Amino acid sequence: MQSSFIEVKNVTYKYDEDVENQVAINNVSLSIEKGSFTVILGHNGSGKSTLAKLLNGMLKPDKGRIVIDGLDTSKTENEYEIRKRLGLVFQNPDNQIICTIVEEDVAFGPENLGIEPKEIRKRVDEALSLVGMSDFAKAAPHQLSGGQKQRVALAGILAMEPECIVLDEPTAMLDPIGRKEVINAITRLNKEKNITVILITHFMEEAENADRVIIMNKGEIVADSEPLKVFSMSDVLKSSGLSLPQTTELLTLLKNGGLNVNSGIISPKGTADEIFSVISGR
Amino acid sequence: MIKNFTLGQYFNTASVIHKLDSRFKLVEIIALIVFIFLAPNFVGIGILSAAVLLVILLSKVPVTMYLRNLKPIIAIIILTALLNIFYVSGGTVLFSWWIFTVTSEGLLKAAFMATRIVLMILISSVLTYTTTPTELTDAIESLLSPLRFIGLGEAVHTLAMMMTIALRFIPTLTDETDKIMSAQKARGADMENGGIFKRLKALMPILIPLLFSSVRRANELAEAMDCRCYTGGKGRTRMKKLSPTFYDFIAIIFTVVICASIIFLRIF
Repeated sequence: MQSSFIEVKNVTYKYDEDVENQVAINNVSLSIEKGSFTVILGHNGSGKSTLAKLLNGMLKPDKGRIVIDGLDTSKTENEYEIRKRLGLVFQNPDNQIICTIVEEDVAFGPENLGIEPKEIRKRVDEALSLVGMSDFAKAAPHQLSGGQKQRVALAGILAMEPECIVLDEPTAMLDPIGRKEVINAITRLNKEKNITVILITHFMEEAENADRVIIMNKGEIVADSEPLKVFSMSDVLKSSGLSLPQTTELLTLLKNGGLNVNSGIISPKGTADEIFSVISGR
Repeated sequence: MIKNFTLGQYFNTASVIHKLDSRFKLVEIIALIVFIFLAPNFVGIGILSAAVLLVILLSKVPVTMYLRNLKPIIAIIILTALLNIFYVSGGTVLFSWWIFTVTSEGLLKAAFMATRIVLMILISSVLTYTTTPTELTDAIESLLSPLRFIGLGEAVHTLAMMMTIALRFIPTLTDETDKIMSAQKARGADMENGGIFKRLKALMPILIPLLFSSVRRANELAEAMDCRCYTGGKGRTRMKKLSPTFYDFIAIIFTVVICASIIFLRIF
């Protein structure tokens, strides 16, 4: 049987400081296919960041198994190989940039892998152009905006040429423009480079381009389907502490009011088209 | 005031001095500083002054930038000069009043010492104006690398990595200090008035949050470095290889000639 790129089987994880009967991840199973774009949505404390750290072996599951590309994360000797395949981007861009010059920071990962200088140069230039930061190659990180810094952090992971990138709330500290820049870069990587993307976030709008949306609440998966379906489950979303995007909220209200619209649409344009078609169809 | 803090003094004019291999540049400049102090007489200082002047002109950094670096040490230069004027005896007496006697020898000695200090400041400014902090760190790592033969290779790498991270986080932490200061001021903290002890005490509410957040940052940075497969210096390659060019060859010859001429002056 051909197994998926990521296999999570009945995983439970509990932090030392957690009280009894309360776990960060509770019996979670999921598999993720190569080249897919998955968004994991969840409120604070839903266990989504814990899941990210479990995926690259920074945390080891208490129960269950996680296998990345055939490598078991619970074995310490697999850590290096797993991190080569699965890159993790964190929330705060400031605390992920190590060097004083953008291009040198992007080179940090490949340098650790012991790659030839010429090949590193090539990868760094390519990674910076993929995230649209080529013009800032020689800049100092502290001169950049939040969105730009986060794109540098993304390029730093990209230059290691991982097969999968997990992003743990990469936009939480950014302004709307910065958020858009980062999300566009991520989407492009998935579509053009066929990199498997797992985007962890609490902004529902960011799930628009995903193939699959998973909703987590209190350490468990409460919904797992394609975006349109998940967004129409307004009850599940509300009980998970997620607020609907205004467009979806509007469509839900119209639907409840008796208008025959599909409430699972998230982009403003899609919403306008839907309303327009229903109204003009009458 | 804290905003104006600039990291290093790198001033890029893409001159030949900027293009020199930072390892050689560091050694050459240290050699020149040592020889500035070994120069026995005005002939030697004259040679060195000409050399420093030439390097300054080649660096294409505006001369006013160099003069700016001299400003903070004017007091030291004047003090050194005065001490020499009054303490050195010999030669013809030019001026005498109460216990003060100025001799020709004293004046010469004062000028000599002052020139030495000025030259030293100028030549070290050349290093900071033409070399980025990263290049300097790389140079230090590379120059110390022979220590690996006595088992200190990892220590050298760690030292260089610490310097890199420190340089990277100076602006970030400066920003953070600013924010914490504003936050405490908004809560009525008074940092400008009172005696020295009162002001030191007022610093505590700034230093403690700063310390806490630095530890948190350090933790996150360590995780991020782990995620990027950092396992120390072993098996690591570098994107940029320092490599000497034709200019370095000339610079080495230049430095050797200057130093040799000082040695010559000392011996004969």
